[in-house]
Amino acid sequence: MKADEKFTYETWPAAPEKQTLEGKNKFLGFWLFLGGETVLFATLFATYLALKDSVPNSEMALAKDLFEIPLVFIMTMLLLTSSLTSVYAMYHMKNFNFKKMQLWLGVTVLLGAAFLGFEVYEFNHYVHEFEHTFTSSAFGTAFYTLVGFHGGHVAFGLLWFITLMVRNRKRGLDLYTAPKFYVASLYWHFIDVVWVFIFTVVYLMGMVG
Amino acid sequence: MTNEQLNSGNPKVDIEYRRKKSAEEMRYQIISFAMMIFLTLVAFVAVGYDGFSGWFTIPFILVLAGVQVVFQLYYFMHMSHKGHEAPALFLYSGVFVAFITLLAFMTIIWW
Repeated sequence: MKADEKFTYETWPAAPEKQTLEGKNKFLGFWLFLGGETVLFATLFATYLALKDSVPNSEMALAKDLFEIPLVFIMTMLLLTSSLTSVYAMYHMKNFNFKKMQLWLGVTVLLGAAFLGFEVYEFNHYVHEFEHTFTSSAFGTAFYTLVGFHGGHVAFGLLWFITLMVRNRKRGLDLYTAPKFYVASLYWHFIDVVWVFIFTVVYLMGMVG
Repeated sequence: MTNEQLNSGNPKVDIEYRRKKSAEEMRYQIISFAMMIFLTLVAFVAVGYDGFSGWFTIPFILVLAGVQVVFQLYYFMHMSHKGHEAPALFLYSGVFVAFITLLAFMTIIWW
């Protein structure tokens, strides 16, 4: 099977992302990358846990003063739902329905962008209301590095989806484009995996004390 | 839950089979999503409720996060499908190093 072969719903393979050697390699290489990402985030989590609430004087805000349930809850629901919408997109990819895949990727991008908007508001709030900045304390540095790195991943994921959607809008689905969409959606799910630990370890554990 | 290509020689039978398989997979994914939302709600309620001490709440919400991530990995990221032996090796190697890193950082700084 050639990568640019034209398909119909009937001839589209069940696992189009792994039909070509390139697709198989992409799949394997991307999971290796995710293993590396796991280690990267582990180092940031470890640093955060070690330096949590390490502030130079008692007037500075601690985790329990900063975090509030409603904002974190909204952000969690947005990202969790965007994970489901990218599952829908891959469902339509496997059914060779390019338009519906694009539609659900679009919804995913909107939800991800809303998440980022809330994160920008949140950081801005901490900086201006609490003077909790990147350089104000070891706690601040560890917090913004961990959560900011995740936010950076969200921003990169959004750009990745948008680029794929725009670039392939006329080409549609074939064995060359299918692995690209599949791998981008894996990345998006991984971002949600990291967020599950961030909302638990940083925010919820921070509010407990 | 496998999603391999079928070669029965009859495209109509194949499509029928695939449609059933992907409907079944979608059902598992919807159930996963419902469970993930539910676990998230339980975690937030446990933290919002004042009656629990931190000694209960913290391990409890960590377990909930672990379960939720398993749903994400095995159903949303398809690790329950065949052909995910190498991804599992890569991911669990990462988790192993992650665990050692966390252990090292926390024991060095805290004790």
